[in-house]
Amino acid sequence: MEIDPFIFRLSIFILSIFIGYYVVWSVTPSLHTPLMSVTNAISSVIIVGAIIAGLSTDSQNIFNVSSIFGFLAIFLAAINIFGGFLVTQRMLQMYKKKKKDK
Amino acid sequence: MSANLSAVFYLFSGVLFILALRGLSSPKTSRQGNFFGILGMIIAITVTFLSIGNFSSGFIYVLIFLLIGGLVGAFIAYKIPMTSMPELVAGFHSLVGLAAVFVAISAFLNPQAFNLGSPGNIKISSLIEMSIGAAIGAITFSGSIIAFLKLRGIMSGSPITFKGQHFINLLLGISIVVLIFYLCNTQSQSFFWRLIEISLLLGLLLIIPIGGADMPVVISMLNSYSGWAAVGIGFTLENSALIITGALVGSSGAILSYIMCKGMNRSFFNVILGGFGATEKSLSSKGKEQKPVKSGNAEDAAFLMKNASSVIIVPGYGMAVAQAQHALREMVDVLKKNGIKIKYAIHPVAGRMPGHMNVLLAEANVPYDEVFELDEINNDFANSDVAFVIGANDVTNPAAKTDTQSPIYGMPILDVERCKSVLFVKRSLSPGYAGVDNELFYRDNTLMLFADAKKMTEEIVKNLD
Repeated sequence: MEIDPFIFRLSIFILSIFIGYYVVWSVTPSLHTPLMSVTNAISSVIIVGAIIAGLSTDSQNIFNVSSIFGFLAIFLAAINIFGGFLVTQRMLQMYKKKKKDK
Repeated sequence: MSANLSAVFYLFSGVLFILALRGLSSPKTSRQGNFFGILGMIIAITVTFLSIGNFSSGFIYVLIFLLIGGLVGAFIAYKIPMTSMPELVAGFHSLVGLAAVFVAISAFLNPQAFNLGSPGNIKISSLIEMSIGAAIGAITFSGSIIAFLKLRGIMSGSPITFKGQHFINLLLGISIVVLIFYLCNTQSQSFFWRLIEISLLLGLLLIIPIGGADMPVVISMLNSYSGWAAVGIGFTLENSALIITGALVGSSGAILSYIMCKGMNRSFFNVILGGFGATEKSLSSKGKEQKPVKSGNAEDAAFLMKNASSVIIVPGYGMAVAQAQHALREMVDVLKKNGIKIKYAIHPVAGRMPGHMNVLLAEANVPYDEVFELDEINNDFANSDVAFVIGANDVTNPAAKTDTQSPIYGMPILDVERCKSVLFVKRSLSPGYAGVDNELFYRDNTLMLFADAKKMTEEIVKNLD
């Protein structure tokens, strides 16, 4: 009997929760704010769904309700991706400067 | 690009996201981690373009929206002051939530594009997955908006409570489940819209009863929600990058909520059910009698610290509000020149979000190896001469250990009372967020410095010379 692909995705999901659990506990408390901003940025990988929606149109009908929602989602997720990674970078840069000072 | 090949690349970008979080285990590896995160994102986006391979009509619009969003995001990231990080993160959470809702709507209206069937005949499993993604996304969105407004001060931080609140929330929660059930049975659009509306309402009602002091928990919790919303969408799109990322973010937010709750010795449910900060206020005002307080000026403080051999700085949110972190660093520099040992002690809930105080100190060029967490430093207070408490209050209150009646009883505190002398920079004797009086103010070895944190610190610097 063949296994439903859903089960594979479920396995990935469950194992990722465990990975997340152990990885996040290893994050030093002083970097908890960058942790939040970077998780924010990576959760915006949801943009892949938005791109699929945006690209699903043909040339006669670029703007239908579905693709408009897709475009809007691309816009929102892009704010998050750029904003999230850059603000994280900015914060982490501050943690670096001091090492040089010493 | 074949479906199998793109799936492998999605998996790869998921692994890069894991490494991005792993990098944060130390400041040294953190920047490399962030780079891995960016790389993972670039791979995921590129693979999506290539796997669809439709570069004709919509492509240019996709790029335009991507670019505009990116510019807006970059602009915000460079402009935002570090004190506003909590609002920024809350705002970003709301965007993730809304994006999840929009993607779910797109998939619902145009399921062919996602290989999920045709309108009115969507696979049941996909329908359940996208409904869950949409519902959690909507809750995240409206909840984060409220959190943003409260943190920004546009909305009062005091909890809004009314009778039957929890009952209504429960009812809304049940109706979400019922709606998903009927949606699967009928495939009717109107059920889908109702589902989103009710979820939006639930997100709103979940956050309004939670007080300003509990915001660190709320932000972490919404962080977690945004992850679970991504998981729902990830299952719908059968995309492993999304599933992995969502699970990482979901557990990250959950762990941070747990750490924050522990920092306040409150159970998660106690925070969620809300109302903290409103009921306790009455408690402090009635038991208040006039007790003698020793207050001093910058000169006294400078004298005390100059003659100390070790000083522990305890910064709190008040320091951030007064923007005193740079002045504080100047003061510490002078002290260090005089051969005085300096350490910073940070309580888990010192800021408005997890790790907030660390970032503010980092911004003021405080080396991270001088900054210590509660467990690391608590034994050092007894061997130190001066504790310099600036803008913190509740986290030093010994009542948390001794007074079983106190609302903060059981909360882990920084043992500043064990220092030889304690300096409190504070604007007045008013109680902190928890609304409890701090008996430390009235101790013999405590010197109160009533002033704005920044002005006082600057004056101390002058007096140290």
